[in-house]
Amino acid sequence: MRTDDLIRAISADAGRRSPPLATAWRVAIVLSLAAAAVAFFIMLGPRTDIAAAAETPRFLFKFVVTGLTAVSALFLLRLLARPGAPAARAARYLFLAPMLLVAAVAVELAVVPPGDYAARLVGSNLVLCLTFIPLIGIVPLVVFLGVLRYGAPTRPVLAGAVAGLAAGGLAATFYAAHCTDDSPFFVAAWYSLAIAGLAGVGALAAPRVARW
Amino acid sequence: MAGSDDTLLAELLRSAIAGDERAYARFLERTAALVRGFARRRTADGGVDPEDIVQETLLAIHLKRHTWIADAPVLPWIFAIARFKIIDAYRRRGRRIEIDVDEVAETLAQPEAERASDRDVGRALDALAPGQRGVVAAITVEGYSIGETARRLGMTETAVRVALHRGLAAIARKFGRD
Repeated sequence: MRTDDLIRAISADAGRRSPPLATAWRVAIVLSLAAAAVAFFIMLGPRTDIAAAAETPRFLFKFVVTGLTAVSALFLLRLLARPGAPAARAARYLFLAPMLLVAAVAVELAVVPPGDYAARLVGSNLVLCLTFIPLIGIVPLVVFLGVLRYGAPTRPVLAGAVAGLAAGGLAATFYAAHCTDDSPFFVAAWYSLAIAGLAGVGALAAPRVARW
Repeated sequence: MAGSDDTLLAELLRSAIAGDERAYARFLERTAALVRGFARRRTADGGVDPEDIVQETLLAIHLKRHTWIADAPVLPWIFAIARFKIIDAYRRRGRRIEIDVDEVAETLAQPEAERASDRDVGRALDALAPGQRGVVAAITVEGYSIGETARRLGMTETAVRVALHRGLAAIARKFGRD
């Protein structure tokens, strides 16, 4: 087939409209928030002492880290879905949440007696954390992968991993309202591991799902 | 130069997305010439036919045109798609190449004409379901309009448009597979 013939066919198909990617993202964000909220309230719900907990800096800090993870990943993800979009600068924002967490761990190391380190690291919800962050995050991840499929990621492995980070950050933000382990030790070890698991699933799935 | 190239192409693509077929054809012709120069330089080892890259890039541009933002520059978008299609073509042939990310500027302003040979897109056309193949072949190879194709095949124009769209999407999908 000559290229001119192909051009004739493609231009004859100009009337076919498809909604802009930005519209798909708006739908995806609403859907993923709704899915995560439903999963959270059905399976877990907030901890009973949440009103008291909301006055402690450790509890509130969890939401800063997880929320920042979700927002920075989603911001980058939107760029990774578009060919030629300037993603490199946005990628730097991904380091904000880990940097904050490292600082918080340093403070915790200073203010907590060394004898309590192990107890705070292991906490009492380790299995719960590693189970429910992926469970809450899996539908948001599927939604984000769906938008990547509609989009055109030129680096699908990276885009899939960032989709997993966004879904994991979102899921962890909900999960944090249930979990009674508020130490940055616990967050740094187990929240990270759970979110990294979703990122791994995203990285494996995206090149297959979002092939174009 | 690059700036005015981009402005013109962006204007044509905006009209095309609004449904203007003639603007779309002009946009695709100019884009084909730019991508041809870009692809020739990056397939100089002969492993991949640059015209296949041109055609696969045009199809991808068509099916992913909603990933362009109306006020964003259009050339980086086009060349990012072309670069992805070159890498993909080598991957399908079991080889990897590295393409420098910032090579866009030197490739501009050198539109090139097509050289004839057999094409992957043509082969993918042959593999379509008969209904879609008939419509796509009538419009591409035989050069009929939508209206003429509808009369010749005894279909409504809407059915021809649907078959054309699905046929193009099916052809593009074939390239994503291993």
